[in-house]
Amino acid sequence: MLVSSGLVSSGLVSFVLGQVGRASSDVPLLTAAVVLPAVGAIATALVSRRRPESARMVATLFSVATGVVTVAVLVAFETGEADFQLVEKYTWIRDLDVAWHLGVDGISLFLVVMTGVLFPIAMFGGAPHHDAKSFYAWLLLLEAGCIGVFLALDLFLFFVMFEIVLVPMYFLISGWGYANRRYAAMKFFLYTMLGSAFMLVGLVATAVLHARGSGGDLTFNVLTIANDQGSIAPMTARWLFLSFAIAFAVKVPLFPVHTWLPDAHTEAPTAGSVILAGVMLKLGTYGFLRYGLFLFPEASAWFAPAMVTLGVIGIIYGAVVATMQRDLKRLVAYSSIAHLGFIALGTFAITTQGLQGSVIQMVNHGLSTGGLFLLVGMIYERRHTREIAQLKGLQASAPIMAGVFTLVMLSSIGLPGLNGFVGEFLILLGSFLTRRWWAVVAATGVILAALYLLWAYQRVFHGEPDEDNAGFAEMSFREGMVMAPLVALIVFLGVYPKPVLDRIEPSVAALVAHVEDGSDFVEPSVAEAGTDAREETFAEAEAAEEGSGGEGGEDGEGGEGG
Amino acid sequence: MTLGLLAQAGDGVAPIDTPGVAWSALSPILVLIGGAIVLLVVGALAPRRSRIGWHAMLTVAVAGGTIAAVVPLWDRVHDDGPYSAVASAVGVDGFSLFVTVVIAVAVAIAALLTDGYLRREGLEGPEPYVLMLLSAAGAVMMASANDLIVMFLGLEIMSIAVYVLAGLHLRRRRSGEAAVKYFVLGSFSSAFFLYGVALVYGATGSTNLVRIARFLAANTLADQGLLIAGFALLLVGFGFKVAAVPFHSWTPDVYQGSPSPIVAFMASGVKAGGFAGLLRVFVATFGTYRLDWQPVVYGIAVLSLVVGAVLAVVQTDVKRMLAYSSINHAGFILIGVQAATDEGVTAALFYLAAYTFMVAGAFGVVTVVGRRGDGHHHLDDYQGLARRQPLLALVFAIFLLAQAGVPLTSGFLAKFYVVEAAIEARSFWLALVAMVSAVVSAFLYLRIVLVMYAGAGDGADTDPAAGRPRLAVPAAAAIALVVAVAATIGIGLVPDPLTRTARDATPELVAASD
Repeated sequence: MLVSSGLVSSGLVSFVLGQVGRASSDVPLLTAAVVLPAVGAIATALVSRRRPESARMVATLFSVATGVVTVAVLVAFETGEADFQLVEKYTWIRDLDVAWHLGVDGISLFLVVMTGVLFPIAMFGGAPHHDAKSFYAWLLLLEAGCIGVFLALDLFLFFVMFEIVLVPMYFLISGWGYANRRYAAMKFFLYTMLGSAFMLVGLVATAVLHARGSGGDLTFNVLTIANDQGSIAPMTARWLFLSFAIAFAVKVPLFPVHTWLPDAHTEAPTAGSVILAGVMLKLGTYGFLRYGLFLFPEASAWFAPAMVTLGVIGIIYGAVVATMQRDLKRLVAYSSIAHLGFIALGTFAITTQGLQGSVIQMVNHGLSTGGLFLLVGMIYERRHTREIAQLKGLQASAPIMAGVFTLVMLSSIGLPGLNGFVGEFLILLGSFLTRRWWAVVAATGVILAALYLLWAYQRVFHGEPDEDNAGFAEMSFREGMVMAPLVALIVFLGVYPKPVLDRIEPSVAALVAHVEDGSDFVEPSVAEAGTDAREETFAEAEAAEEGSGGEGGEDGEGGEGG
Repeated sequence: MTLGLLAQAGDGVAPIDTPGVAWSALSPILVLIGGAIVLLVVGALAPRRSRIGWHAMLTVAVAGGTIAAVVPLWDRVHDDGPYSAVASAVGVDGFSLFVTVVIAVAVAIAALLTDGYLRREGLEGPEPYVLMLLSAAGAVMMASANDLIVMFLGLEIMSIAVYVLAGLHLRRRRSGEAAVKYFVLGSFSSAFFLYGVALVYGATGSTNLVRIARFLAANTLADQGLLIAGFALLLVGFGFKVAAVPFHSWTPDVYQGSPSPIVAFMASGVKAGGFAGLLRVFVATFGTYRLDWQPVVYGIAVLSLVVGAVLAVVQTDVKRMLAYSSINHAGFILIGVQAATDEGVTAALFYLAAYTFMVAGAFGVVTVVGRRGDGHHHLDDYQGLARRQPLLALVFAIFLLAQAGVPLTSGFLAKFYVVEAAIEARSFWLALVAMVSAVVSAFLYLRIVLVMYAGAGDGADTDPAAGRPRLAVPAAAAIALVVAVAATIGIGLVPDPLTRTARDATPELVAASD
């Protein structure tokens, strides 16, 4: 089945890429990326309950096809452009001027691609034990919603997508999760919905007040509202920002409203955890970028100190709590809070480097934490426990798995040469320019990350295996195939992030300029000499990364694996 | 004979000036009442039991006829503007016609649900359908009344029929209890309403809404006490019918005790009638005094939102849960009333239309799950429903999620429009309270969903509901559920037609051209 879907997908690749090559503007790629998984969900739901294999096949086909479409978006994307590309707009609700308005820029591009890649992997890696059909149908629906959030350029459409993802995730956790799943699912749904309640009011108020202020008709077009900053009074805009920020802070999650995350991540089935950590948390951080900085630049700059502080608290808090965990999956969940703290820090540093780092770190976190959840899932499959104390010396019988775990873990720690370093380095660089002491505190988070992850690794994989762990099975071929793309991307992004950064840079720089236009915030430059000096700094940074990357990677793999 | 006597009595007495009756303007009401009478006659002549549900089919046909009667009127209103008839006692405008259609739809769905219910419970006769049609006629009369007296007539016709319907299930004690409770409290509220009418008449010198509106616009009252007291009493009357806090105490008991399909009608059709009256009297007629009544409606809305959501959470009986949640929904519609703008009215109408399908569908599922005796409404009775009957569970989940306001369902847009109207009217905090209350009530809907989907994956041996018989879904009820689901999702995906229609349907008070 793997082979057949592979064949089909390679056929699709050539077809879609051919289409892109011929007429990239004619094919509604973005609509396809959203609609395809939704159609897949319906198709999967229509398969007979008694044939889980066909349901699996159909679902895989659609998710792979969606992945191909997102890659096609990447191919069609024009590097060096800051504006939205491949824009599609069809009226949906006329009297509210709500439109099916999609577009992609450097900020959303890689999130979309990551979503497209991560979903098939999660499907392969986290096959359900029962009721496969509904499981896959919910997953595909979730994919449609996630991609929709990243592509939406309409407040209403964005909110619809942002909310709709709750339903499939709720059913995934409550239907296929572990012991405490009902509680976790309910908590997840209610927390997020409470945040959204504030956002809905803020969102409608934004549209209404904009229409009133500008004297025009009611519109929910993000671009129109964001580029018309004068129409909403600054004080009002701060309240509106706050209403959005509550929703995103819950979703990210930032420090005081994070308590749903450990439960949801721990109780969710493996595929659910991968998507939850890999994609759904990014809905919040992406929201901060698009509906925080872009929509309310002045308010974002005004709230930046508070947001940065919350981010730093999250980094330290997440790391400290993760150190104390006895459950491996919970540990990974808390490490997410720390990582997302970094992303929040980079976002509200409001510098080109910080934002670039945030965007790439969103992708990195998806790959590395997604990978960790998959690996923890594999361990659970074999041992039926995730308790660190009950696992011991696994690398004796499963050296390959230990090696893969090491690599993914080191990427999560942020070892140079792997993708995590690129993001964290840029974030720290960017935040150092505007928030020096915050950056200094945040940097200790990197050390803490090494502490809790290495310590956990030591306890789980090192030592002499006891009776229970002696028969631990090595990674199967299938599991290897699931992890292979993640490992490849982790290394690729760590060694050669330039193509990614090149695509992110213009949009991010434009966003910083947008904030500067809208507020009295001024981005500090790296050197007095201007942008050229900054380019130089970049080049040096990249050179440094690449130089140390090779060594670090070898050291990491060699040292830990052996 | 009376006419003869009058003619004899008086050469000197001038003939009483009777207004001309524009029968066409009354055609929706006439269709409903005529249908009820035909049904009564057919019921008396035809055998009382038959394998085919003729009575239900006839009721649906009458509801369809009502909608068909609305179409030419709608066109006329659209072309020539709203008008009034029968000495401007009845108004024909987009608003009344919109609500008429909503009520007719509620009747049709409830009738389809009733058919299977009556068979299952061993009840017979066309009476439930007749009463439902009469009640609907009353509700339509409320929606189109241009005179407080006519509105009171509509209110009473609607209510009395529903009191009887609540006690429909002769062998269930709870049903009788519900009927008595509803009747006693309902009569009270009718009295309040009537007293309110009297006070408003005293203050303004008319019961005709057009004249009242003109009077209030043209004059400043030296002493407003009488008028304000009249507002308050009218509000009590309406508040009772729409189940708003603090006039809600009957709702849980009556909803719990009444036959489930009847509750579907109560929560949709009767509510629509009540809100139609409220909007017409307060927003359209007393609009100039909005600063006096708006704060009160604001308070009632907040109370309904909060109490409905919070008390629903602690219930374990699904019918009671839905009863409290309907109070919460009433709070949402009241936000539209409170805004007292065209947007508010549009939002309230949209909400009513969307809610009709959601709530009628939800009680449709409750009807089916209630099983023989209509007593299986505890949360435990829904345990593992998803495994035994996945489609039924899915349908119920859709209705519940729609009521929670999940996007791509009509419930989300309904809430969206209401919130928009509130924000347009600068009631930011009210909007926020509403959305937070929606989260609280989401907990309750999810609780039901969770129970339905519980047990999946726990292995067959742990299924608590393994021994339960498969629920029979009657064909008519299945049709009703399919229609309701289709509408709930359809409106959620393509709201434009309904929105545009609701926008054309703001209440207008028009005096007769004479």
